[in-house]
Amino acid sequence: MALNKLSLKFHNSIILKNFKNVTSVLSVRSFFNYYTTTNPPIEGPTKKLNMVQAINNALDITLQTDESALLFGEDVAFGGVFRCSLELQKKYGSERVFNTPLCEQGIVGFGIGVATAGSTAIAEIQFADYIFPAFDQIVNEAAKFRYRTGNQFDCGKLTIRTPCGAVGHGAHYHSQSPESYFAHTPGLKVVVPRSATHAKGLLLSCIRDPDPCIVLEPKVLYRAAVDEVPVDDYFTPIGKAEIVKHGDAVTLIGWGTQVHVLLEVAELAKTKFNVDCEVIDLVSILPWDKDAVCKSAKKTGRVLIAHEAPLTGGFGAELASTIQEECFLQLEAPVARVTGFDTPFPYVYEPFYMPDKWRCLQTIRKLLDY
Amino acid sequence: MFLRQSSLVLRKYLKNTHKLKLFSTSTSTIDYPGAQVIWSGNLSFTNSHSYPPISTYRVLNSKGQITNNSEDPKLSNDVLEKMYKDMVLLNVMDKILYESQRQGRISFYMTNFGEEAAQIGSAAALSIEDLVYGQYREAGVLLWRGFTIADFVNQCYGNVEDKGKGRQMPVHYGSKKLNFVTISSPLTTQMPQAAGAAYALKGKNKVVICYFGEGAASEGDAHAAFNFATTLDCPVIFFCRNNGYAISTPADEQYRGDGIAARGPGYGLNTLRVDGNDVFAVYNATLKAKEFALARNKPVLIEALTYRVSHHSTSDDSSAYRPADEVTHWATHLNPVNRLRLYLEHNSLWNEDKQKEWMKECRKNVLTVFEEGEKKVKPHWNEMFTDVYKDIPDHLKKQMEEMAQHVEQYKDKYPVKNFS
Repeated sequence: MALNKLSLKFHNSIILKNFKNVTSVLSVRSFFNYYTTTNPPIEGPTKKLNMVQAINNALDITLQTDESALLFGEDVAFGGVFRCSLELQKKYGSERVFNTPLCEQGIVGFGIGVATAGSTAIAEIQFADYIFPAFDQIVNEAAKFRYRTGNQFDCGKLTIRTPCGAVGHGAHYHSQSPESYFAHTPGLKVVVPRSATHAKGLLLSCIRDPDPCIVLEPKVLYRAAVDEVPVDDYFTPIGKAEIVKHGDAVTLIGWGTQVHVLLEVAELAKTKFNVDCEVIDLVSILPWDKDAVCKSAKKTGRVLIAHEAPLTGGFGAELASTIQEECFLQLEAPVARVTGFDTPFPYVYEPFYMPDKWRCLQTIRKLLDY
Repeated sequence: MFLRQSSLVLRKYLKNTHKLKLFSTSTSTIDYPGAQVIWSGNLSFTNSHSYPPISTYRVLNSKGQITNNSEDPKLSNDVLEKMYKDMVLLNVMDKILYESQRQGRISFYMTNFGEEAAQIGSAAALSIEDLVYGQYREAGVLLWRGFTIADFVNQCYGNVEDKGKGRQMPVHYGSKKLNFVTISSPLTTQMPQAAGAAYALKGKNKVVICYFGEGAASEGDAHAAFNFATTLDCPVIFFCRNNGYAISTPADEQYRGDGIAARGPGYGLNTLRVDGNDVFAVYNATLKAKEFALARNKPVLIEALTYRVSHHSTSDDSSAYRPADEVTHWATHLNPVNRLRLYLEHNSLWNEDKQKEWMKECRKNVLTVFEEGEKKVKPHWNEMFTDVYKDIPDHLKKQMEEMAQHVEQYKDKYPVKNFS
């Protein structure tokens, strides 16, 4: 009898009612406002979807149209911890949509094998922070496979999806943005969607692309990013940046969630400094759109690059270097970077760590005053 | 030099191959270097049906009775009471912190329901000098060692009293003083580290215990750890909490074969499998493992079979992938806390009055401490820049100074009042 009593006590919600007087509730600061994508990439019917639903839709289209396609990873069967694969096992069966053992190197290695044998592999790594056990498989195997076999073999049918970036309370291991580790690896393609529309289009592009791709999905956008997403199949091109807002004073470059921060910064700069900033979503980290970036840099003469990853060796360094090589004579100020600091991604200090709108705004002022 | 030698060896090999003689088939001692050889003319698979499942050691049955008196650990009344009280306190703390997350007061939490005996039983068998590497569901081990409710709460809030300086998510506890290495979220990374620590502690009369789940055992690091520990003779206890689920993935999708224990002999690991919901079985197994590890400088693998009554974490709703009846069954009939309580009641060491009193005390204690922890500010925000290295390098100093100027200029935009 005592058995039931004890456990029932712990499964009742009575304890915390004792102290309603506590006022300091966890403050969840949102560090961005979502700007909906208003120009659909194709004509035709659309549906209001968030990023999770858009990804689910792209996976659904793939499983339906490509009978070789397999979808796998940790906890994928019940829908995935972020629900991106919801209902897909029910629809396509457990031979095509399945859980793997808990082993990232296994997931990617298995995916390379699936792709080598001619099937489409869509591998999920539960968090980008946990992709590192698979680093060897990605960097030494997937990336170099075509090259080292003289193009006899390739694993272009492999796509790795993984959630990345800050969420407000993710700390070291649920917040990282590892794009520059992979950008340093010839043979990979790396993209970061900023919207539900891009998430679907980029995923479909990556799945059909002849080279291995990594899609870094900013997880804070999973629910926050809601667009009217085209219902049909479409591609968002890999390697093409998008000018999200036109301007002539300062070029602001970001990817993923940071694009939304920069769009707000552009509005603030207009209000406070009466200048028009050009906002570029890089979209694709590797390869990246040098033409679009340099064209804008030459036009404005002032560039700010912002990313959540640390400063040193961040992808902003690559952009800054190229911009000064290509646009040196047109630059009015040194290329500025506003980024995460050179520390691990911290828990309670996140509001101070982020390349937020105020840090960006202050830097715009400096660029204008240079 | 090397080339010439190898070509000599090769020539000899080729010569001998041409005049092959029949080796004797009468003995089992042909020296292939990789394994012991026993010849067989019968070609058949060796698999998990070739031998019976590894047996599971148990002392207390589900009614709280010791089934074989020779296995009674004969613990003092004080120890028995501490075991039970710590389990209840752990439950109360879990309940309150879980709810506090639900109310938005802390950002995340993981409870330990169902695995209390595995934690407390193993912790009780070790001494404070033994080094602990946890995974993330071992709050009971810390509690046993003297981590206070305030220590737990302060860490979950990442406030100014948190020994981890507010840098990690809730439940990433650690204590240098209590020889409990701070939790890190990536799974299984702790296992080869534990082998290394044990190697370094050889001859110092200490063991290392390393907790991990059956899901974590799928990571490559688990293989590395087992193999390093055996080949390098490390006095480490690998303690597997096989609780049936890795988030949503059930054990039968995690591995085939006879659990984690069956891997032990394959690595040359001395292995024990116990009923993880039986605190005495866990205690005896851990004690035996420690004695063995110290006496022989060898690793031991313990597989504690248990059940994760909790959701994986506050980010998880396990009703999406397992039946409620299953959870209820484990939470009631196979509840490890109740099992110990029944034992204590049979032996007149506990009763309903004591239960009420202790529960009341636990709640009062936890709620008071929780309220205090909630009111405390965070550390100064520039603690973000310390401890990346022992000394702050110039480039980080510059970043810190720039941020200080920025925060000064934009003070109203940052939550500086919540930080000291």
